[in-house]
Amino acid sequence: MAKASASSSGKSKPAAAKTTPKPDDGDNFALRSLQEALDKQKRFKADNDQLLHFYEQMLLIRRFEEKAGQLYGLGLIGGFCHLYIGQEAVAIGLQSALDNDVDSVITGYRDHGHMLAYGIDPNVIMAELTGRAAGISKGKGGSMHMFSTEHKFYGGHGIVGAQVSLGGGLAFAHKYNEDGGLCLAYFGDGAANQGQVYETMNMAALWNLPIVFVVENNQYAMGTAVRRSSAETEFYRRGTAFRIPGMEVNGMDVLEVRQAAEIAFAHVREGNGPVLMECNTYRYRGHSMSDPAKYRTREEVQEQREHHDPIERVKKDLAAVGVDEDKLKEIDKAIRATVAEAADFAETSPEPEPSELYTDVLVEEY
Amino acid sequence: MAIELKMPALSPTMEEGTLAKWLVKEGDTVSAGDVLAEIETDKATMEFESIDEGTVGKILVPEGTEEVKVGTVIAILAGEGEDVSDAAPAAAEAPAAEEAPAVAEAAGKPAAKERPADPDIPAGTNMIKLTVREALRDAMAEEMRLDERIFVMGEEVAEYQGAYKVTQGLLDEFGPKRVIDTPITEYGFAGIGTGAAMGGLRPVVEFMTFNFAMQAIDHIINSAAKTNYMSGGQMRCPVVFRGPNGAASRVGAQHSQNYGPWYASVPGLIVIAPYDASDAKGLLKAAIRSDDPVVFLENELVYGQSFEVAQLDDHVLPIGKARIMREGSDVTIVSYSIAVGVALEAAEELAEQGIDAEVIDLRTLRPLDTATILESLAKTNRLVIAEEGWPTCSIASEVVALCMEEGFDHLDAPVLRVCNEDVPLPYAANLEKLALIDKDRVVAAVKKVTYTG
Repeated sequence: MAKASASSSGKSKPAAAKTTPKPDDGDNFALRSLQEALDKQKRFKADNDQLLHFYEQMLLIRRFEEKAGQLYGLGLIGGFCHLYIGQEAVAIGLQSALDNDVDSVITGYRDHGHMLAYGIDPNVIMAELTGRAAGISKGKGGSMHMFSTEHKFYGGHGIVGAQVSLGGGLAFAHKYNEDGGLCLAYFGDGAANQGQVYETMNMAALWNLPIVFVVENNQYAMGTAVRRSSAETEFYRRGTAFRIPGMEVNGMDVLEVRQAAEIAFAHVREGNGPVLMECNTYRYRGHSMSDPAKYRTREEVQEQREHHDPIERVKKDLAAVGVDEDKLKEIDKAIRATVAEAADFAETSPEPEPSELYTDVLVEEY
Repeated sequence: MAIELKMPALSPTMEEGTLAKWLVKEGDTVSAGDVLAEIETDKATMEFESIDEGTVGKILVPEGTEEVKVGTVIAILAGEGEDVSDAAPAAAEAPAAEEAPAVAEAAGKPAAKERPADPDIPAGTNMIKLTVREALRDAMAEEMRLDERIFVMGEEVAEYQGAYKVTQGLLDEFGPKRVIDTPITEYGFAGIGTGAAMGGLRPVVEFMTFNFAMQAIDHIINSAAKTNYMSGGQMRCPVVFRGPNGAASRVGAQHSQNYGPWYASVPGLIVIAPYDASDAKGLLKAAIRSDDPVVFLENELVYGQSFEVAQLDDHVLPIGKARIMREGSDVTIVSYSIAVGVALEAAEELAEQGIDAEVIDLRTLRPLDTATILESLAKTNRLVIAEEGWPTCSIASEVVALCMEEGFDHLDAPVLRVCNEDVPLPYAANLEKLALIDKDRVVAAVKKVTYTG
């Protein structure tokens, strides 16, 4: 690639020694230091109220997504619709540790859960899925394109991997403004093979940006299993080339995710630059609603549901600390009512006015 | 109350499917979320869940049935104590014909409009000679002094002082926090710049040339241009992507392309391609102040050319307004960027032959100043477009379409395009010369439309 004609030196490696001194590999660079901290104590010590809140939030995502699946079947939701069922512990564990006054979040197209984790009104999310004027994007974005700048949630992006560079930019803004915030940038095991992810890791490490890269490894990039798409399937190792410390986290345990978040966020906030966290999780449903389900066995999905379900796990934790089952039933009931109301709202709200076709293309008038 | 269970749609395009398997039988009690059946289409198998509680009263479509239309009632779910055994299969209800209003009738469609002229330059204002390169640098520096949120990033913009010296001196004045050298990684830094704009900053992202921006075009279009719309107006992306565009000199096909038409086709972007130093400065300042994403196309061959620029404290020009570079009455030559120089040369030669040409510099390619073009056409009744770029799907094509659709009654001759040859730009000096537009071709086209050739 010939760049500017003004540049003179060639790209060939000089025969002489490198001019850049080797970085100090001693105290300042420990790729596994965060993992070691996590291994010392794997699970966050939540009090009963926190634990109940995690349960409630995860259950809301589960029931919301089930309802979205049903509405899709009824033809009320169109286009692509990617459900988060099975992955709930990742968004809740991480986002519960954020400082919502300053931190920002960005993700890909499987974004309903990340919005619900903020406590954003399920009505306006469901109404966006059904393409109604009351939707959070006025019905103009749909399932994959939802944002809440009020919450510093920056989408909701449909191009696989694009949110990682954009997240790098959000982190750049945190550093530039010296606001003390960090950016949490989620992507999947599929996006982890996109080139721009590594371009961003390079610059994030080079510029010491406050960003936590989170690979939500749900084991399948659409229908392609991790082992069939990735030469290095241990995604947390992929920051090594950029001197970014990695963490391997059980994404089916909300308390382990939360504990990992505490460690990673503290590291970033202390000005140490980016962290790469891999959360191993599992998507129970298809990639999107139109998924042939031919690439994995029913038994595999069943095994995950029965033995690794993140919501069942919290249920056990709650039982262990003596929380009454009636309390959980009460929560279940309230969530069903919330979700039913969201569905009703989404179904009965009016579609956008035809004039909305032309609004929001540009901000200014020219 | 009995509930009809209808054949679900599993994908946006599904019209019918196979009811592969029932997982419940008549008399079973089901609750919301239970899987009732498996539905297959040519590309997918999906579980069909119950939305309500009840008893499976009657299965109307047996498993193994193919070509079941979406919306067909496939079973009846009975409430407590109901008997629905008499229910008969019903045909799928035809969806009511949609009464969508014709797009043209939808209220709020923006109409072509007259835009304000350039602000008057006060009498007695000192005019100075500046190169386009200096004008661009001054625009950035002046804006950076006014707004701390503005920063410049790109390859070699800081220590090297700019691959084409457009950012000369900025590092010294503003320091490394605001003038940032990036690695050679266009997709990545375009994304970071776009994300920083979403996060409230005002980045000026320099591409060493727009040829390399093809690596980054996803962020320019999918991330920067569309996000405001997709968010229902919540998201902002005040980023400027700038750098040289079009053919340079003897750098071959991969480094010599005009991307004006590409970007100008995208709603959500502002696209500016100035010619002289005054417009370069005034429009870059406007671009940096805009709350919309801007693609700002410069030209390497023009960087070193000097033009008069008014010495004003704040020289800002309106986006979306074309400039009449030379008034004339016999023919209109529409142009932009480097080709404006070619058009002006042609106009001089034509004047010597008694043909009075009006030369319009579009300056902004999106939104296009259609009013200025049509007014000129109404006056001259003949129009030629001079564009340094390929002819197919070009800005020239767009102007031809405009003249056909809205200026037909004023035309006394077909509108002609004068563009580069429709080939990748060759390296050999003679072939390169043959491929690029020049004055003689513009003169020839004008003679054709004025029937003087």
